[in-house]
Amino acid sequence: MNGRLPWFAISVLVLGYLFLYSPIVSLIFYSFNESRLVTVWAGFSTKWYGALMHNDALLSGAWLSLQIAFLTASVAVVLGTLAAFALIRFGNFRGRTLFAGMVTAPLVMPEVITGLSLLLLFVAMEGVLGWPERGMMTIVIAHATFATAYVTVVVQSRLGQIDMSLEEAAMDLGARPFKVVRVITLPLIWPAMLAGWLLAFTLSFDDLVIATFTSGPGAKTLPMEVFSSVRMGVSPQINALATIFIVVVTSMVVIANQVAFRRRA
Amino acid sequence: MKSPAKSFAARVRKLNQPGAAGRMTALVIPYAWLALFFLLPLLIVLKISVAESVMGIPPYEPLLRLAENATVQIHLTFSNFVLLLRDDMYVVAYLNSVKIAAISTLVSVVVGYSMAYGIVSSPLRWRYLLLMLIIIPFWTSFLIRIYAMIGFLKDNGLVNNLLMSLGVIDQPLAIMYTPLAVYIGIVYSYLPFMILPIYAALERTDPSLLEAASDLGARPWKAFLRVTLPLSMPGVVAGSLLVFIPAVGEFVIPELLGGLGSPMIGKVLWAEFFNNRDWPVASAVAVAMLALLVVPVMMFDRFASRYFRGRS
Amino acid sequence: MAVGAGGIQDKPWTDPKAQPFVRIQGVTKYFDDVAAVNGVDLNICRGEFFALLGASGCGKTTLLRMLAGFETPSAGKIFIDGVDMADIPPYRRPVNMMFQSYALFPHMTVGQNVAFGLQQEDVAKPEIAERVAEMLELVQIGELARRKPDQLSGGQRQRVALARALIKRPKLVLLDEPLGALDRKLREHTQFELVNIQEKLGMTFVIVTHDQEEAMTMASRVCVMNAGMVEQVGTPSEVYEYPNSRFVADFIGTANLFDGVVTSSTASETRVHSADLDGEIVVGGGGTAAVGATVSVMVRPEKIQVVPDGSPAPSFNTACGQVREIAYLGDMSVYHVELPSGKRIQLSRTNLLHTADTQISWDHTVRFEWHPANGILLVI
Repeated sequence: MNGRLPWFAISVLVLGYLFLYSPIVSLIFYSFNESRLVTVWAGFSTKWYGALMHNDALLSGAWLSLQIAFLTASVAVVLGTLAAFALIRFGNFRGRTLFAGMVTAPLVMPEVITGLSLLLLFVAMEGVLGWPERGMMTIVIAHATFATAYVTVVVQSRLGQIDMSLEEAAMDLGARPFKVVRVITLPLIWPAMLAGWLLAFTLSFDDLVIATFTSGPGAKTLPMEVFSSVRMGVSPQINALATIFIVVVTSMVVIANQVAFRRRA
Repeated sequence: MKSPAKSFAARVRKLNQPGAAGRMTALVIPYAWLALFFLLPLLIVLKISVAESVMGIPPYEPLLRLAENATVQIHLTFSNFVLLLRDDMYVVAYLNSVKIAAISTLVSVVVGYSMAYGIVSSPLRWRYLLLMLIIIPFWTSFLIRIYAMIGFLKDNGLVNNLLMSLGVIDQPLAIMYTPLAVYIGIVYSYLPFMILPIYAALERTDPSLLEAASDLGARPWKAFLRVTLPLSMPGVVAGSLLVFIPAVGEFVIPELLGGLGSPMIGKVLWAEFFNNRDWPVASAVAVAMLALLVVPVMMFDRFASRYFRGRS
Repeated sequence: MAVGAGGIQDKPWTDPKAQPFVRIQGVTKYFDDVAAVNGVDLNICRGEFFALLGASGCGKTTLLRMLAGFETPSAGKIFIDGVDMADIPPYRRPVNMMFQSYALFPHMTVGQNVAFGLQQEDVAKPEIAERVAEMLELVQIGELARRKPDQLSGGQRQRVALARALIKRPKLVLLDEPLGALDRKLREHTQFELVNIQEKLGMTFVIVTHDQEEAMTMASRVCVMNAGMVEQVGTPSEVYEYPNSRFVADFIGTANLFDGVVTSSTASETRVHSADLDGEIVVGGGGTAAVGATVSVMVRPEKIQVVPDGSPAPSFNTACGQVREIAYLGDMSVYHVELPSGKRIQLSRTNLLHTADTQISWDHTVRFEWHPANGILLVI
């Protein structure tokens, strides 16, 4: 695939990226609009960012979402890394097919089903055990369950690339299995684990449907707050919030790619 | 050298590898978690879908009940599924979901393939940036992107304002709250999931294969059809499944962009659950949705285990 | 073909009272239902350079991995220095391995890679530094200690892997195709170096290779394996000159095999009638086959001589044939000769003169013969 780009490739790319980016760009643009009407330009202003700082509902939602996302990512990294080890390193153990299915299925399970089924489980558990009370904890459990699938995929593909004889060599030189994992395997897969952690964090921070199902009274995450606000109509504060979000994500993606690029070079 | 716990050592050896105790733990923890929080909930959904609905909390009859003579009686009812078939609303939503998901997937394949092909054929120094511009929306909040779409499509949104100021139209196009908005929303949201696997498949293709094809007399278009396209099919299949499966169960997009004219099964489930508080019917809707998705999900599963396993 | 010097003078394996250092007894390994290693018995002596030779899939690597402890035998026992290895995990065996892929830890420097084994034993830091430096000197890469593996050439990587396997002064060193990734010149050079290091350190080496030349160059003894079983164990010259089966004869070097039936058998010679040849075959040495037995007679290409034109024709071990192919290899030439029976044989001649190859050309008819002592009788 070389030579000059044919004209249709260029036009496809231009149209494609316009489609992907013009809604986002216009959203960012109107977040600096003086007017309350999102679509009429009335001069530059940052007042919606100021208003955002005083919107207690959004702020507490954001704080809750951050906590949930942090816990979710941490649990999912542990579970997902263990699951990746089992799938790549343990050969054909009994029950492997079921295990592999349970690991990948949440990747494509519709959110409404995941949410509904987990809520029904929590209700049943509450009836029998008196635990858990629905709220932050149940959201973390629900999020960790589907985020584990993503972490597993990321760590699994890295682990599959590692020559098994590296671990054998360490063991051959006298390192016990646990130490082999600590000094050989983990140092080699930590970038994948970090990527998995970030992915799990993002997925959790972003989730609306599953959180709505599994949340209890009083626990309203940021997406839940945003959703109810958007249902009421477009609001410039949400534009400001979205802009902050996009800037943070973009700079993190750029930094992560630079780091990965430099490591490879 | 010999440890006193010989029977344990012997058991460890049976598992054929050193460090068996650690391996056992590593397997049991995620296994137990997924069995408890993924498999069991789905079984509960299945169970409640055949339970009778009652008023109260939880709003369904227990399926298993210890009768007075201590035998277990099973209260099975398929009335919830009968309701799904009888009431037009469910059937229409079901078919509509499949139609919307299928058409959106098709459009995504065409747009996604063209873009992936464009990225692969662009010069190396551009490719990095172009890929990054695909990855950023991938990481950006789904809800925020749908929200951006509202501002884009609504009556006094960017598209309409632009077209009116250009004089193409003099009345705003009613795109919001129509099936068209849902299609646009789905393609917009899931496009990165289509582009990335196709890009990966195209990038892996050895350029000397195309050279060989043209050396053997194939014109560029023929070479594309006979070499590039077949070799990139795994990417197309993966992308299609990644778009089709979640699109069928989509709730946020039809809720925020679609109108009453385009019911989707995810929205119906939500309404049954949150508005009507009819858990058995919501469960039955979930089971029906799963039945629809079983084949694509299993395809994805087989595909994923081959694709993600890496080369060990 | 050169014969390695490693311990060959003593021939410890010929001493019936000697205690073998490694004893492999009836070892079998199944993967699913396939026996990768099937009933192998082997004794390896202290200080030997022992080669496991065979085609890929013959079970040699599986056998090596069982010595290292990465695979558990399905049946049979392995003793190293008198200790049953059954319950001993790899990290407690007095064995170190050099991996085919080298398996250098990519996130550690050369020095850290080599030091790794000693760190597992809680050796004092100054001693580790000293021994690592010493070992890197031994394999002649002292200046590379701070490099990472991906900054090294293939030959340098190979040396790091060797240093890492030797640093703990193991009783037994296992080498899995240690030279497979090197180019030909470097490989030949390294072969002798490996033998020298082994002699200097006095360790026991077991090497796995599919390259018969490599095995013959380095090993004190060679074990030829086929389909999970041992075909023959012997010194390089034994397996080349006296193969005990058609498989070994064919696998090691080139063999001309004449199938036939024994017509007479005495203490000094065996006579064989073969349809492949227009004369009788006489094999010297004690007869091991009964009259009427179906046998193959194996003759190496270099042991067949061309009878000059005009000389009288010998009465046995001879035939005429047409030259069909000539492979000119520089130091010698190999001729493929087709006999009237349709059988093709190979004979080789050292090119002693610049013009040697001009005497025999395509489609020439040549007569050849071989001495009875140079034929080997193989019972089928």
